[in-house]
Amino acid sequence: MLSKKVRSKIVILTFLLISLIIVVFFVLKSLEENVLYFLSPTEIYNKENISFNEKIRVGGLVKNGSVTHNQTSVNFIVTDLNNEIIVSYSGFLPNLFSEGKGVIVEGKLKDKKYFIADKILAKHDENYMPPEVKEGLEKVKN
Amino acid sequence: MLKNFFPNKILSFGDKFFFNLVILLASIILIGLISALFISPPDYVQGDSVRIMYVHVPSSILALTCFGFIGIASICTLIFKIKILPLVAKSLAPVGFLFCLISIVTGSLWGKPTWGIWWAWDARLTSMIILLFFYLAYMSIWRFVNNFERANIISSVIGIIGTINLPVIKYSVDWWNTLHQPSSIKLTSAPTIHYTMLIPLIIMFVGMIIYALIIFLMKYKSEIIKFKLDRKKNEN
Repeated sequence: MLSKKVRSKIVILTFLLISLIIVVFFVLKSLEENVLYFLSPTEIYNKENISFNEKIRVGGLVKNGSVTHNQTSVNFIVTDLNNEIIVSYSGFLPNLFSEGKGVIVEGKLKDKKYFIADKILAKHDENYMPPEVKEGLEKVKN
Repeated sequence: MLKNFFPNKILSFGDKFFFNLVILLASIILIGLISALFISPPDYVQGDSVRIMYVHVPSSILALTCFGFIGIASICTLIFKIKILPLVAKSLAPVGFLFCLISIVTGSLWGKPTWGIWWAWDARLTSMIILLFFYLAYMSIWRFVNNFERANIISSVIGIIGTINLPVIKYSVDWWNTLHQPSSIKLTSAPTIHYTMLIPLIIMFVGMIIYALIIFLMKYKSEIIKFKLDRKKNEN
């Protein structure tokens, strides 16, 4: 049905395409550390060769009730519902920062439990709804 | 429907056809913008800044889809050597590039009030920039390589390599920890976007598809004319 020339071209291209995919896969796998935009508290907890001098990012949810302000800084806990890290930050908080919502903190680890952040990013999830619908859902939950 | 791609049929799409399409486009975009900017509700987290989504999301989807078509056309060009396929791909590139640019710019404008930064080198954003460069590379080959056959082969290779980037863009938010949130509209589960926001989004998406179609058809028509003229010139 297909001419021999066309058939051989399909074979060559498929072979090249598969090898390309394998190459890209291995490149992305080896660069994994750099492709990850942040680590979760559990990943920090499990990581063996963590450096306390490198700038890293930790991401998770702001634990409800953990935000405290003092004169110089604000402290809160980032949790992924399995492990937690206490974060200390002095500076302006982004608009969307709030308890129970996603956050990414950038800075340095003091140790596996404490993090000194110099930048805070708010992370929002994929749910979009009007405030009235949200209120309705909250009422049903309570 | 495929018959419409044949050169002689395309040449018959005259001014009246495009005029009607533009009227259709204007109506849908008008309805879409009114729903998006005024009728749809603010988001419970983001407030009114969510309204950038109605431009950002459709352009992102279209940027990926156009390059997907370019990829398919590139593979078929190299295998089957159908003469009109490179012209189809060549005509898709500018509009796909435009949507990629709009996606990145609107995304950045959306990121500042929500995330707190204009840009981040996370997987989703970085792979979109890579897509932008693939579009630029693809269009540059056609622009600067004078021999049609050579431009065809090189650009098809670029198109195929760039296609590998497309699933990386789409699944980057699932495979890795990224700043960009996961998809709200998935094929396998219910959308996590409320219908009062989903409907204006779909209207804007349809409008932008029609826009892409108009630009593509205009470019495709001029490419066919150029192709035929070059062929006549070479025969003489």
